[in-house]
Amino acid sequence: MKTVVLMGNPNVGKSGIFSRLTGTRVITSNYAGTTVDVSRGKMHLPDGPAAVIDAPGTYSLTPTNPAEEVAAEILGEADVVVNVVDSTNLERNLYLTLETLERGVPAAVALNLWDEAGHQGIAIDVAGLERLLGVPVVPTVGLSGQGIRELVGRLGGARPSATIRPMSEEERWATVGRITGEVQTIAHRHHTLADRLSEASIRPISGLFIALAVIAAAFLAVRWIGEGLIAYVFEPLFDLYTPIAMRASDLLGPGILHEILIGHLIDGEIDYVQSMGLLTTGLFVPFAMILPYIVAFYLVLSILEDTGYLPRLATLADTFFHRLGMHGYGIIPVFLGFGCNVPGALATRVLETKKQRFIAATLMSLAIPCMAQIAMIFGVLGPFGLHYVVMVFATLAVVYVAAGLILNRVVPGECPEIFLEIPPYRAPDLRATVMKTWMRVRGFIGEAIPYLFLGILLVNLLYSVGFLDLLAAVFAPVMEAWLGLPAGAAVALLVGFLRKDLAVGMLVPLGMSPEQLVIAVTMLTIYFPCVATFVVLLRELGARGMLAAAGVMVTAALLVGGALRMVLIGF
Amino acid sequence: MEKTLLDLEPGTQGTIARFIGNPGFVRKLRTIGIREGKTLTVVTRHPLGGPMVIEVDGREVTLGRGMAGRVVVDVAA
Repeated sequence: MKTVVLMGNPNVGKSGIFSRLTGTRVITSNYAGTTVDVSRGKMHLPDGPAAVIDAPGTYSLTPTNPAEEVAAEILGEADVVVNVVDSTNLERNLYLTLETLERGVPAAVALNLWDEAGHQGIAIDVAGLERLLGVPVVPTVGLSGQGIRELVGRLGGARPSATIRPMSEEERWATVGRITGEVQTIAHRHHTLADRLSEASIRPISGLFIALAVIAAAFLAVRWIGEGLIAYVFEPLFDLYTPIAMRASDLLGPGILHEILIGHLIDGEIDYVQSMGLLTTGLFVPFAMILPYIVAFYLVLSILEDTGYLPRLATLADTFFHRLGMHGYGIIPVFLGFGCNVPGALATRVLETKKQRFIAATLMSLAIPCMAQIAMIFGVLGPFGLHYVVMVFATLAVVYVAAGLILNRVVPGECPEIFLEIPPYRAPDLRATVMKTWMRVRGFIGEAIPYLFLGILLVNLLYSVGFLDLLAAVFAPVMEAWLGLPAGAAVALLVGFLRKDLAVGMLVPLGMSPEQLVIAVTMLTIYFPCVATFVVLLRELGARGMLAAAGVMVTAALLVGGALRMVLIGF
Repeated sequence: MEKTLLDLEPGTQGTIARFIGNPGFVRKLRTIGIREGKTLTVVTRHPLGGPMVIEVDGREVTLGRGMAGRVVVDVAA
């Protein structure tokens, strides 16, 4: 079977073309990270079925970041290349076109965003461009599907370029200029409302207000979508499942197997939050409490990306994140981390260097509580007064900034500056947005849910053999002397490695004062990520990186816990 | 008169003269559309060491101040 590869600059509507070519037959996604998304699908060429790969956006085949490396590598797999070009910006896109054609691979060029070019008064002589490039050139509009049929038809007879031969970099730039001059005419254009809106959203003051409004709207939308999914999709599904689980409970009868699989019944019924069985709470927490919010977060992120707002937000956030050793895109792991630290950890791939990714991952694990934790923080501290909740979040914010400033100084490595194109605002392509969200969610299910499941299993096992109590006895002196917490809090902190939300709940029966609870809850967030995040971080950072990150986390937790104790309780 | 991009106030226009840096740096700028001979407009310069946003060929590009200091622009005196 032939392999068709889509190559193009970032922001040219490549994923829209991809979803048009493949329909819904998308089979896998290699990465669930934010930029290095590789989608694979199938399509029908005139001479039979073919595999399609959507390479990450790149400006050239000489890679300057991991996403571009992936793109250059994928080109090697191509039998046919579809070079997706932004018609509104031909000159810049042609460099990659030439580099691709020089490889001597059969190719066709899709002049995408053709309608937008028309609106902007840009005219391109398609026949002339086809003659100069020596491969088929087809105007397309990914959003409406215009030109897709013709593009597919002409892919059948795609051949290597007859006119473009390998050349030096300087020659290539000269050729880009010559071709653009010959085929493109631009009519004068007035500034539009969209231009003014675009500028307002990147200027410091107006931009900041717009950013705050967008972030607030994003979180509201996440909450609304997440709660909607829970109420109308996932809880009804579990209502259907309950009789089956109860039946299993009757069949098993009391005993250790019942304890592990179903957990303890509360008033003779399964309580999905508290029963703690593998088949009850173990299914409910990942699928009905976490997954709906992950869907919501990914959907909102995809919309922010596809409308073109994200690069503007990154520009505004850069002033802050640059000081912490990252750059503006460092805001993405933070945003996703508030949903669940697992997608947050995966999203650290948007940053270019090892140092930046290490800092982003460590800071997120330290100071960004996930949705489950946030709910528990409010649940445990809320009854004592909102100011205790504020104390926790203020402490976490200080930890994020302070640890970032320090890590930026002590971690060796490079911190490349922000450098990105700001695309015009566009209406998101619903098909592409939904597909992207779905692929990311599927990535999450594969990467996180097995470990969430495993976490519950481990908690159950360790509990039933009494191992946790033993560990708690060992750590009790640290708890009492350094943090001013009762020995029982040690168990909660240990369980926190497996299940953060559960651990917060375990603090309640200990009868601590609100000040002690503030310390315990803050510690619980800082000291270690949950087991699912831990596994992802181990893969993203490597064993040494993870060890270093864990060192930072434990040190920070002990320092912050000790400091809070002195401030809140005294000696 | 030649100045680095970093020294230009928002609203200023100029012609890109040359870049100070290795071939990789130059390629990075050129492939995103920042090329010698192009007209550039400074859209904004974020305070507190934040990035700059410029417009070339109707497209906006964000770049850090370190990079902006290595882009030499010819401006009317």
